[in-house]
Order: sequence, then C-alpha cells, then structure tokens
Amino acid sequence: MQITLNVWRQAGPRALGRFERYTAKDVSPHMSFLEMLDVVNEELIEAGKDPIAFEHDCREGICGSCGMVINGVPHGPKPAITVCQLHMRSFNDGDEVWIEPWRAKAFPVIRDLVIDRSALDRIIEAGGYISVRSGSAPDANAIAVPKSIADTSMDAAACIGCGACVAACPNASAMLFTAAKVAHLSKLPQGQPERQQRVLNMVEQMESESFGYCTNHGACQTACPKEISIDFIAYLNRELLTATLLG
Amino acid sequence: MEFNSRVPSGPIENRWENHRFEMKLVNPANKRKYDIIVVGSGLAGASAAATLGELGYNVKCFCFQDSARRAHSIAAQGGINAAKNYQNDGDSIYRLFYDTIKGGDFRSRESNVYRLAEISLNIIDQCVAQGVPFAREYGGLLANRSFGGAQVSRTFYARGQTGQQLLLGAYQALQRQVAAGRVEMFTRTEMLDLVIVDGHARGMVVRDLVTGEIHSVAAHALVLATGGYSNVFFLSTNAKGCNVTATWRAHKRGAAFANPCFTQIHPTCIPQAGEYQSKLTLMSESLRNDGRIWVPKKAGDSRRPKDIPEEDRDYYLERIYPSFGNLTPRDVASRRAKEAVDAGRGVGENRGGVCLDFRDAIQRLGQSVITERYGNLFDMYQQITGENPYEIPMRIYPAPHYTMGGLWVDYNLMSTIPGLHVIGEANFSDHGANRLGASALMQGLADGYFILPYTIADYLARTEETAVDTDHPAFKRTEQEVRERVQRLLNVNGTRSVDSFHRKLGELLWNQCGMARDASGLQDALAKIPEMREEFWNDLLVSGAGKEFNQELEKAGRVADFFEFAELMCRDALDREESCGGHFRVEHQTEEGEAKRDDENFAHVSAWEFTGVGHEPVLHKKPLEFEYVNLTQRSYK
Ligand SMILES: Cc1cc2nc3c(=O)[nH]c(=O)nc-3n(C[C@H](O)[C@H](O)[C@H](O)COP(=O)(O)OP(=O)(O)OC[C@H]3O[C@@H](n4cnc5c(N)ncnc54)[C@H](O)[C@@H]3O)c2cc1C
Ligand code: FES
Repeated sequence: MQITLNVWRQAGPRALGRFERYTAKDVSPHMSFLEMLDVVNEELIEAGKDPIAFEHDCREGICGSCGMVINGVPHGPKPAITVCQLHMRSFNDGDEVWIEPWRAKAFPVIRDLVIDRSALDRIIEAGGYISVRSGSAPDANAIAVPKSIADTSMDAAACIGCGACVAACPNASAMLFTAAKVAHLSKLPQGQPERQQRVLNMVEQMESESFGYCTNHGACQTACPKEISIDFIAYLNRELLTATLLG
Repeated sequence: MEFNSRVPSGPIENRWENHRFEMKLVNPANKRKYDIIVVGSGLAGASAAATLGELGYNVKCFCFQDSARRAHSIAAQGGINAAKNYQNDGDSIYRLFYDTIKGGDFRSRESNVYRLAEISLNIIDQCVAQGVPFAREYGGLLANRSFGGAQVSRTFYARGQTGQQLLLGAYQALQRQVAAGRVEMFTRTEMLDLVIVDGHARGMVVRDLVTGEIHSVAAHALVLATGGYSNVFFLSTNAKGCNVTATWRAHKRGAAFANPCFTQIHPTCIPQAGEYQSKLTLMSESLRNDGRIWVPKKAGDSRRPKDIPEEDRDYYLERIYPSFGNLTPRDVASRRAKEAVDAGRGVGENRGGVCLDFRDAIQRLGQSVITERYGNLFDMYQQITGENPYEIPMRIYPAPHYTMGGLWVDYNLMSTIPGLHVIGEANFSDHGANRLGASALMQGLADGYFILPYTIADYLARTEETAVDTDHPAFKRTEQEVRERVQRLLNVNGTRSVDSFHRKLGELLWNQCGMARDASGLQDALAKIPEMREEFWNDLLVSGAGKEFNQELEKAGRVADFFEFAELMCRDALDREESCGGHFRVEHQTEEGEAKRDDENFAHVSAWEFTGVGHEPVLHKKPLEFEYVNLTQRSYK
C-alpha cells in the first residue's frame, strides 16, 4: 500500500509548527502504525533529514507513552487500543492521513508529536496514593474486599495515563484521568482514611494546571484505549460534593 | 578486584534476621544529611526511592521516560509469586526457595534466594495496603493461580496487568515522597557515566533528554535499578528503550559483570512478520495450559495448518516429554521449537513459527470457556496478526525476554565498587541460569522495599562521611569524556541509521548466542562484533544536534554500548563449557538432547572485570555452595 502522511512538525516548545507531507511506500498491512513511521523515519535519516519525533516504549498498549491524533481521533480509528497497537490493515491503499500531537494547553509540545504530560504526575502527587510505610502493612488477607468492589477498582486502575482523554475533550479537561484514580483508591477499604482529602487535593491540583472544566461531553470515554467509563466522573463529583460539605 | 560476598552463615532461616541485626543503622537525625541517587523507576527503583525517601534520606530518582510510571515493569502480565500458602496446597518459604534454586539450574546463591522467598510474604501485604487491586475470590480474599509449571498456586495477579498495578503502587508511593519533598524526580534524564572519587561511587553524569544539557550529580551512594539488556538482540519482548548503558558504564568503571550469557528466551511470542518488525510481543505462558503445540511431520509441508490432518502432525512436546507435555519449562520448550523450525517444519511466513492449537480445547470445553480464560489474549493475537485463533492455530516462536546476568552484587546488593548498589533485573543475584515465571516482579520489590533500604544504611554508617560536590576534578573529567563521546557519535556523519546497525548486531547474536550456542559460532561472533563495531563508528548517521531533544542520539549511545557489551556476552557463553538453564551449549547435551550441566567445573558465578574495549577481560570464578539443596539433573520426561 501507499499512504500519504501529513505530519505535524515543530522544532521546539516555542517554535512555530506546520504540517509536512510524506509518502509511505510499500506499506505492509501487517505493520503497526509506529512501524510504518519507523520506515518513513529511516528514509528521512538516510536522506540527511530530521526524523519525526514521537513517543513510544512498550509498543504493547500498556505504558501509555505513545499517543497521537490520527485524522482527528486520538489513537486513531480503531476503538479501545493505543496507537502502538494500531495496524496498517486498518487503512487502505492511497489513504491520506493527518497526524498531530495531543492538543491541550496543559500539554506543551516538546518536539513534533512529543508533548509534556508532567501535569498528570502532579495530580497524582497531590493525593493519588494510599499512605503506607514500607513494612508496616497487616497481612494481605486481613481485610476482605468484596469481589465486585475489587473488580470496579481494577476497572478504574486500568488507566495508562496516556492523556488521550484530555486530547479528545473539547475543553481539554483531565477529569476522566483524575476520576479514575480517585475511584481506584477510594472504592477500596484501604483507601477510606484519606478519602475526602484525596479528592479535594487532586481536584484542586487539576484545576491549578491548565486543564479545562468538564462539561460531560463524554468524548474522553470514547477515546480511552482502556475503555474507562465516565461513570467514574459521576462518582468523583459525588465524592467531591460529600468532601466539600463535610470539610 | 575485590570480592566479598558478605553471605552470612548459620541456619539459612536465620541468616537475614541475624544479618539485619548485625548491620549498622544510620541515626534518624542523620539521614537527611545523606544524598542517595536512584537510577530507574521500575519496580525496583520506584520502591527503593519511595522507601528511602520515607526513611528520611535525600533521594534523587532518575528515569529516561517522561514519567516514572512508564518504566518497563509496567508491561509484566502474568503475576507475582509469594509463599503465602493461602491456597493451603503445601506451599512454604522453603518450597519457594527450593523451586527457585532448582529452576535456576543451581547457579544462584542459596542465601539470597532464601531471603527472597522469605520476603515474598511482606511484598503482598505491602502492595495490598497500597491499594493494588489483586484478583479476589467471591469471599473477598485474594485469588491465586499456578504459573510456569509450579505445582502450587502461589501467583498473585491483577487481570493481565500485574506489572502495571504493582508499578502504579510503587509510583504512587514515590510521588507521595516527591510531594513531601523527600524525593526529587528527574524524568527524561539519562545516566551516561558513573563518577568514582577515592575508590567510591560518588555520582554520575547525566544528559537532560529535552535540552541535551550534560551535567553531573553528586551523592553519598548510588543505586542502579536500570533493568535488563534483552534488547541487545534488537528484537525482544522488552520495551524499546531498555538498554545496558547504565550497568555497562558502571562495569567500565570497575563493577564486575556476572554471567552475562544467562539470558532467557520465552517460548510463546508472536513470530516476526517482516523486516520492518520493531519488537516482539509476548503471549502469556498460561496459553500452554490448554493449547497444544505441534508442527507438520514433513519438512516443507505447504498446506495451511488447518488443512493438515492429524496423522501428519507432530505434537513434539507431548511426544518427547509425556509427563510434562506442553508445560515443559521455558528453556526446553523454546529449544524444541527452534529445532523444529530449523528442520524446515515451521508454519506461516518463512516457516518461522510453530502451531499453538486450541481446536481440541474448544471441542472439549466449548468456545465460551476458552473465551473466558484467554479472551483478551486471543483479541491481542488477532489485533497483531489479523488471524482468528479460534479458527486457525496460533503461530508462536521464542523471543528474548529476560536477562538473569547483570552486575555482580554481594549479599547487601552492593557491586564491586563501594557505594554502588544494584537492584532488580540489573543485578545477577537470584535467578541463576533461568528465572521462573512471576519471580522477577517479586525480586524487584523485595530488593527495593525490603532489602536495599537496610543494607545501604550499613554502607553509609560504616563509611566516613565526606562532602563531595560536582566541582571535584573527577566529575569534571568524566563530564568531559561524556561530552566527547556524544560529540563523536554526532561527528561520524556516515550513511546508515542507528537501527540498521542494531538490527544486524541483533541478528548475529540471535543466531550465534541465542537459544543454542556452540564454540565455532561464538568464536565467529567474537571475530565479527569488533568489525561491526568499527563499521558503526565509521558509518553511523545521527541527524540533529547534541543540545536538543534528539531520539536518534539517545539510541546511538545505547547501541554503541550494546556493541561493546555483546562481546562480553559471547565470551562468557564460550567460556561456560556446559549447558545450564537458558544457556545451551550444543556440545554439552545428553543423548536425548537435554542440557548437560557440569557441576564439577562450572558451579560458579563468572564475574568479569573490564580491561579496555577490545581487550580480553579478566574472569573471576566465584564458587557456589549448596548446603541445603542437592544438585540434581532436571528432568521433565
Ligand atoms: C512482556 C514481559 C512480561 C513480563 N511478565 C512478567 C511476569 O508476569 N512476572 C514477573 O515476575 N516478571 C515478568 N517480566 C519481567 C519483569 O517485568 C522485569 O524483569 C522487571 O519488571 C524489571 O524491573 P526493574 O525495576 O528491574 O527494571 P525496569 O522496570 O526495566 O526499569 C528500568 C528503569 O531504569 C530506567 N533506566 C534504564 N537505563 C537508564 C539510564 N541509563 N538512565 C536513567 N534511567 C535509566 C528506566 O527509565 C526505568 O525507569 C516480564 C517482562 C516482559 C518483557
Ligand atoms: S508504546 Fe506503550 S502504550 Fe503505546
């Protein structure tokens, strides 16, 4: 197959960006999208040009490093996967593809498709944990956790922190990311003691970063490669209300 | 080079306890006077940095990813072992100890392994308290499964995402210390060299991957938790960024490298599809519980696997190992697959795979049961290959996966350089010649949460505290060397990309220092590697500049180190004239083709001392003593 690519190129955070056009030739349907970009980059390098910078590491859909907007859709056209799991058999010969970085004020571009997502780390720092000193824990089976609660907590904990939810949201809100962590921890018995402080601190941090507000569009849920449900946002809102009233 | 293993004596079950008592403590008020560098934020590094911060030390933690949470540990699927005996099926600390020693084919230290088994209990407690959502039974207690051929159910898991959930637990503990001001986190920062002052490790030189700035960091002690080197093969199941740079640079500064040839090849990965392939994907080992492995009897059979009738199929594992069948250990299953493919009996593209067939399991149990057990794996397989494994047998092939070798450490996890500690996959300590499934996560967390925080205190308390800052000439000198090396990579200005060299190196190693090795192949590799390395330094093309975000430059530095390290790996494989665990020397096999260990001459750790690039390294043999477990030949017939 042959694919025409329009790729966002931007030399640095303050540089002006623009789309550049490339042709990916001899694309095999078995290639992953990132492997297709590898091949384009090989050609660029051998022609003495700067390759396209993009983030990736595990290439298995779990580390959350990769992420780009393909034809307007974060992580590309197939639901419930990251871009490293997208394969070229999802495209047709002659397709034209537009590739951009996550666009959000809270995620400044570092280079081309690489962005700075450290705001997400700071939200976790503000309260996305259960305080437990190493070595001070009781026996693991001392607390029974009903299976349904453990399962829901796991559903929320599956977030890989890629930031697609922010990229998909018209307001660039980080509500789904924050809600998933709040739900993961606050649903569990172990998470109860810090429950109110956690939600207050995390939301406060989220609001102090340059994320927008949540207006319940639901685009985040559609873009999420781990299919994290916006029900967790409703949960977060309830938690926040209770904590504010009690606090 | 000085080796003091510091292995305590006495009854094995009291050794760690006694050792802890004998170790010196750092007065709580003094802890904040000590700076500690932790390189790596995987399970080992994040758990160590969080614990050290909590204890009151000043910690600086580094990783090359954009967030500590993305370290390669995140990718582990299967689970983590612990001798909790929650299933009441006869498990115990001693049994886990025994299984690990035997599984490692008697090439690890008894004392270390016993301690690991002992601590496994605390790990699960710690993780549950942190909110790791392990799988549970309906009664609300923790669920277990058996894994990797173990006869007891001791593996804890969180769906197919155990590594992710354990790492998030450690990462969250780490971020909590960042907020408390006890840990400073440096993401997108790569360690490029170690700085030694008066014989002690006192700091390192790093490159800021965003600005390209090179600078130094000083401390009272360092911890390397930089993971394994499977990516020396180019194609492996590891994340793309995994590398040997930190441990190799430490080796060049005086840290002994132990057993570099002990690498693990995982039997169930998706075969390579084309030349553009960038990595290989692991399919959980659990698939072998229900899938049957076979190849056509006839070499060159060009029928589609589905159309090959029963009488023309060879279920070779079931045939050769009637009692373990498809569940033989990783090394054995991998080698037999290679044998079949080498004989032209493979299936699929280039005949590069063997069948893992669920037809019988689906007939016996029904499709819904199979979906329930393996649904997500089947989806993943279809995602990658475009084939439906419910209808067409899966194709699998072995791939490099884990490295048991690493920097030599004593019982305190300190390398041969005083002050330099090494934890997690980066050290050599616990898995001998072969690692059991679900034991790497256990080791990383044992090292980080429960061992290193004690042992590093002993080092600090015994060492006279001197102030060193980065103006010291040793820092300036090392910084200069790093700058020159980076510049050298940029200056080659040849014609070929980093990846093109890395691929070639990987191919050579895979063929000649992979699943099966022999003297002539290894000698040939040892002759070729220096030539390839020279070509690399003459014809490499790295675009861009040093003082900017430059991914090609990052890769070039790592591949340059792989080119030096590869030689040591082959040399070690050549020297070890026996077969054990993941190291199979074709010359040393039984009549039935099984690995033949030589305990008389090789029951030792091979610790190598660096003497210069292209120079013969010095081998130090560190004997292994077995007081508790009898050395026996493994048999899976
Ligand atoms: C696909 C897959 C599945 C697996 N499944 C299991 C399983 O089910 N059970 C099990 O027990 N084990 C499993 N393993 C093995 C296990 O995941 C690893 O051995 C383990 O996670 C390694 O942890 P670590 O902390 O030592 O290193 P890593 O997690 O690899 O972390 C290395 C850290 O070092 C940093 N680093 C490296 N070099 C530098 C440098 N030069 N400068 C700065 N930072 C650096 C990285 O940024 C990273 O933070 C699996 C492995 C793979 C590949
Ligand atoms: S590279 Fe890890 S999720 Fe895509």
